[in-house]
Amino acid sequence: MTRPVLRQAEPVRCSRILAIAGERGDQVVTNDDVAGPIDSSDAWIRQRTGIVTRRRAAADVDVLDLAEAAARKAMAAAGLDGPDLDAVVLSTITYFHQTPSAAAVLAERLGATPAAAYDVSAACAGYAYGIGQADALVRSGAARHVLVIGAEKLSDFIDPTDRSISFLLGDGAGAAIVGPSDTPGIGPTVWGSDGSKAQAIRQTHPWSALQEDADAGWPTLRQDGQTVFKWASFQMAPVAAEAMERAGVRAEDIQVFVPHQANMRIIDQMVKQLGLPGSVVVARDIAETGNTSAASIPLATERLLAEGAASSGDLALQIGFGAGLVYAAQVVVLP
Amino acid sequence: MAHTASEILEGLAEIVAEETGLPTDAVVAEKSFTDDLDIDSLSMMTIVTHAEDKFGVRIPDDEVKNLTTVGDAVKYIEGAQG
Repeated sequence: MTRPVLRQAEPVRCSRILAIAGERGDQVVTNDDVAGPIDSSDAWIRQRTGIVTRRRAAADVDVLDLAEAAARKAMAAAGLDGPDLDAVVLSTITYFHQTPSAAAVLAERLGATPAAAYDVSAACAGYAYGIGQADALVRSGAARHVLVIGAEKLSDFIDPTDRSISFLLGDGAGAAIVGPSDTPGIGPTVWGSDGSKAQAIRQTHPWSALQEDADAGWPTLRQDGQTVFKWASFQMAPVAAEAMERAGVRAEDIQVFVPHQANMRIIDQMVKQLGLPGSVVVARDIAETGNTSAASIPLATERLLAEGAASSGDLALQIGFGAGLVYAAQVVVLP
Repeated sequence: MAHTASEILEGLAEIVAEETGLPTDAVVAEKSFTDDLDIDSLSMMTIVTHAEDKFGVRIPDDEVKNLTTVGDAVKYIEGAQG
């Protein structure tokens, strides 16, 4: 008796990002709006973070609403409908349900059922993790069109009196569609984690604390700002440099640098460490949008494209880094 | 080879000058990083990182808050050398 020879999925040679779109919370929150409870000022917040305003969503808008709005714009830009999507990869840390996944619910809302759908928990690196996975899914033949989303309603997890991270945070969603391509459009993903720094960016207490003590209060986010600044500024630049090296490009070949929009001071230091030439357009969406975690890279990219600072076909170096700690970087061709 | 205290002070002054734009002779042992040199917590981490590289030492993040003056940093780096 002979055993049948299995057929494996037919690989595809290249993948690329077909469209990028975003949705920001519709409320503009100024530094003066958040300065009072942390005994701070507009000047101090600008000097330490580069943030002038952050965008936050209204109370009746949830993270799935933001994700859906961004996804619909990306699908329209790519000329794809729900049934064209084979997989939905959604990165979020602000969905209220442990299960089912936000991705499965979103896929149904988009008319994408029965697309494969799952959530990614990689905080501010979530979008770059998602792009890395989408690239692998498309090129392995596991999926033809993958919707990658970073969506966060971080304002649900802030403490107005927290001086470490809450005042940085905004709400938004960014979406990209990855599909097959005749030419290379996504360089190798350089990614990793460092759980030894798990406490550097954290939730104040686990949900189980509420079971034990109903007065434990709603968990919110905290960070050790100095530790995160040092790690992001000096240890992430080599990761971004490796992404360029593995993609076979040099700093002079890059048109756009889109780091996670964590803090303008981190962005400035990374640019310096990477030795990027002045010709490289650096995404600085944080000034107006704030830190939107997994949504920040696609939102910043979408802004550069919309404002004409970047063009279709440009090479963009992107790097996400955040709670975990986790990180991911890759060079992509902009849609 | 271990650096002497005066070599460390000189090297540290160059790092601080590069980060802040202050003249190197403003960076003396008794000056406080925050109160006298107006260095904020993020710039301090940049200075610490460059000092680690320059002198081949490790300055844990938890230790940085104890480095109030330039002299504190010199003393720490001197002691941390292998």
